[in-house]
Amino acid sequence: MTARSGGSSPRVEAVISATPIDAAALVRGVSGPGEGAVLLFLGTVRNHNRDRRVERLDYEAFAPMARKELAAICEEAAGSFGLAGVSAVHRTGRLAPGEASLGVAVASAHRDAAYRGSRWIVEEIKRRLPVWKREAYADGTEAWLDGHPTGSAP
Amino acid sequence: MSRIAARDTITVDVRFFAMLRERAGGERCRVELPGGSTVAALCAHLRERLPEFPEGYAVAVGLAYAASDHILEDGDEVALIPPVSGG
Repeated sequence: MTARSGGSSPRVEAVISATPIDAAALVRGVSGPGEGAVLLFLGTVRNHNRDRRVERLDYEAFAPMARKELAAICEEAAGSFGLAGVSAVHRTGRLAPGEASLGVAVASAHRDAAYRGSRWIVEEIKRRLPVWKREAYADGTEAWLDGHPTGSAP
Repeated sequence: MSRIAARDTITVDVRFFAMLRERAGGERCRVELPGGSTVAALCAHLRERLPEFPEGYAVAVGLAYAASDHILEDGDEVALIPPVSGG
């Protein structure tokens, strides 16, 4: 992993939000004159899943723990990949197709760290953030999505 | 019971989320356990009380994932975390 060239500590922000994600604000939050790469990832709601038409998604989070885990993921990524800035937001509540449920902005001196760090953050979020989504389909039915087990109860 | 336990019994607050919340029929419950009980003991207790309870969830104590041999303390906030699907 590349070391960060700047000496200052990385700018890290992690938010669980019930309001729409402001992508421009995420980018502004990580950008700085020392960085040559700023990368924004948005996870958005698909209008289809496994051949079924999706009308909306409801996201539920254990918010205080999710915020803590998200901050830990961002801090880990900043350290491991040498990122100068990381800002991540995960939505809760009801989302329509096309809306962003997840926003991750990273900044680094060079693009390689930004691409690798961003990808790692998104995978870790999917693996361990205490967040659940319930899909509502065009036929009026709803279902919690199969998730990733974060561990096994004994 | 050994003398290690500070109290004879402890009470923990258990929170349920998503499909577990629906299965449990509520957002939270209080559980009384012998002092010195582990996360594993709590899970066994819940399985007895809620026979329909599914397997395959994780447990968080405070706001951090906890191992099955983690010893619970009186007043702990315990969250049952079903498989996550964020992103």
